[in-house]
Amino acid sequence: MAMESSFKNMVACLLVICLVCSALLAGVYAITAEPIAQAAIAKTNAAIAEVVPSFDGEPVSGEVEVNGKSYSYYSVSKDGKVIAYAINASSVGFGGSLNLMVGITAERIVYNTSVLSQSETPGLGAKCTEESFAGQFAGFNPAEKNLAVKKDGGDIDAITASTITSRAYIEAVKNALAAYDAIVSTIE
Amino acid sequence: MSKMQLIVKGLIKENPTFSLLLGMCPTLATTTSAVNGMSMGLATLFVLVLSNMAISAIASYIPDKVRIPAYIVVIATFVTILQFLMQAFTPAIYETLGLFIPLIVVNCIVLGRAEAFANKNTVADSALDGIGIGLGFTCSLTVLGLVREILGAGSVFGFKFISGDGILAFVLAPGAFLALAYLIVIFRKLTEKKA
Repeated sequence: MAMESSFKNMVACLLVICLVCSALLAGVYAITAEPIAQAAIAKTNAAIAEVVPSFDGEPVSGEVEVNGKSYSYYSVSKDGKVIAYAINASSVGFGGSLNLMVGITAERIVYNTSVLSQSETPGLGAKCTEESFAGQFAGFNPAEKNLAVKKDGGDIDAITASTITSRAYIEAVKNALAAYDAIVSTIE
Repeated sequence: MSKMQLIVKGLIKENPTFSLLLGMCPTLATTTSAVNGMSMGLATLFVLVLSNMAISAIASYIPDKVRIPAYIVVIATFVTILQFLMQAFTPAIYETLGLFIPLIVVNCIVLGRAEAFANKNTVADSALDGIGIGLGFTCSLTVLGLVREILGAGSVFGFKFISGDGILAFVLAPGAFLALAYLIVIFRKLTEKKA
């Protein structure tokens, strides 16, 4: 039956269990660290490829600061010329942070957007990932059109019953544009 | 108790969700679709089987007064291993289940089986018990997820059979409570006759 609950026994028992468990965890971590890192890179690369025109070589990552907020971005080039930037921008939605990857071409046109993470209401705000809403940003030229929901006098159709999410999405795209301007100005 | 009974009892007589009402938090939160419910069930099954086996193997060396901390460390280790593995090989499912994977540590089903079964039985029996209870949990979560998905999104395992939306409330929290309550009623009604 169970061992006597003396102080010495209890300390020894817990010590051994903790040692074995940490050794086990260290082993599994060592095995999985590589695939985990690769999965993260694959995910970022897939998100980049989705929002910029076809490019060659690897995306080059960088950081830029706008209004005290830092943005990470990836520039992609073709034939040695930078053709677009994929900018990781976020804003606060209805259910929490809304995180987007926004692709902006060298002509300052939004090429495409994709949602990296969101916690909007399922069935309402979560529809921001769908083509019917997100598709409106593909090829959007902020110089010709007004980047705001129709309710606010803009050119974007909001998601039904999810104006807050729609505004947050637009806010994130605007943040990306601001980051884009900052990137371009530091280069020139 | 025969080996077969060990597995079958987890499905019906000691079904953790519909009969014992254990593990309600992940049950309500992760069953927004059949696939999510099933993944959560399988994740719990994995931890349950391994922790049951480990605990039944070491139970006789653990002094009574520190058994709960010892069990929790063992369970937490398996949950963390599962977390690493899911992050590495099934990142999509890992993201949907999110916070609920680490919370398996405090799932009362896992600790409950360790206390009620694994520490008094052999390793093999404990493994079977883990499989039985784990399958019971997986089936209940899949059924609950299926019902919510059909009513809430009009799809089955992600395949839409009607266009447009379902009854949105069933994907949200209130629908979880409603669907679970009615499923418990149906389950009780069906099992009552057999007893």
